[in-house]
Amino acid sequence: MAVTAVLSADHVLEYPYKRSVGPVIGRFLTGLRDGRIEGIRGADGRVLVPPVEYDPFTAAPLDEFVEVGSSGVVTTWCWVAEPRPQQPLERPFAWALIRLDGADTAMLHAVDAGDIARMRTGMRVAVRWRTERTGHIRDIESFVPEERR
Amino acid sequence: MSQVASEPVTAVETPIRLQYRYTAGHATTRFLRALTEGRLLGQRCPRCRKVYVPPRGSCPTCGVPTDEEVPLADRGIVTSFCIVNVPFVGHAIEMPYVAASVLLDGADITFQHLVQEIPAAEVRMGMRIEAVWAPREEWGPSLENIRHFRPTGEPDAAFEAYKEHL
Repeated sequence: MAVTAVLSADHVLEYPYKRSVGPVIGRFLTGLRDGRIEGIRGADGRVLVPPVEYDPFTAAPLDEFVEVGSSGVVTTWCWVAEPRPQQPLERPFAWALIRLDGADTAMLHAVDAGDIARMRTGMRVAVRWRTERTGHIRDIESFVPEERR
Repeated sequence: MSQVASEPVTAVETPIRLQYRYTAGHATTRFLRALTEGRLLGQRCPRCRKVYVPPRGSCPTCGVPTDEEVPLADRGIVTSFCIVNVPFVGHAIEMPYVAASVLLDGADITFQHLVQEIPAAEVRMGMRIEAVWAPREEWGPSLENIRHFRPTGEPDAAFEAYKEHL
């Protein structure tokens, strides 16, 4: 059997999902579109951001929305030295858990710090809003170190 | 996806996209190169004598290399099929269409292809079919060189002929 060069080709698998978000995440996303971040008060009084429909401990339905700040604290992070095509930023950035002012839980988002040396747990970051907002988590373009604003 | 500012957000679009680089391997490469010449090429297992198409270079049952190449006819039977009534993005085929498991004469494994030139409701298990090739200038290293299969009009194969291939 003669040796032939092995064939290879690009193969893309793509699903154009549209997901119903429900009343609570729907309100959260509506807030983002309007440049506002809203959490929800849990049964124990803590403010959960992003909001959830049901209390994580008691499973009781939740409905007390609470607006929180657009700045907060990085509670943990991971540097992405080589971003992939669909990640939020094309340059190196950090995935971080961010506890916004007034919130008791942390939310995952990207921090555009420019350099890993600028990242530290406990640093303060602020929202950088996208100009064209549609009601999506990416209405927050990224967070940026607060002293850099 | 932009919405009127006063309307609450009820849905988000979350496309999932996975980009692969598919490498065919030696056996499938030879199958694909044969297709560019309008030939269908299988491989026979030296132990169980089964003929696989497309060939993957080994027998999944016996675990041995399959290097005997077997030319196959571009005709065979429908072993089973599905009438597709649900359109999806990126598909231009008219509804309903028939996706069938095709067992080529001389092969021991089926592959999926379209069955056309017959109303969907008349497609049957055991129906004899033949390949309808795309114009030669459109041929590439792909099973898409075969546009679809169509009935030959020969008598249906008996269930015994394909019961091992369902």
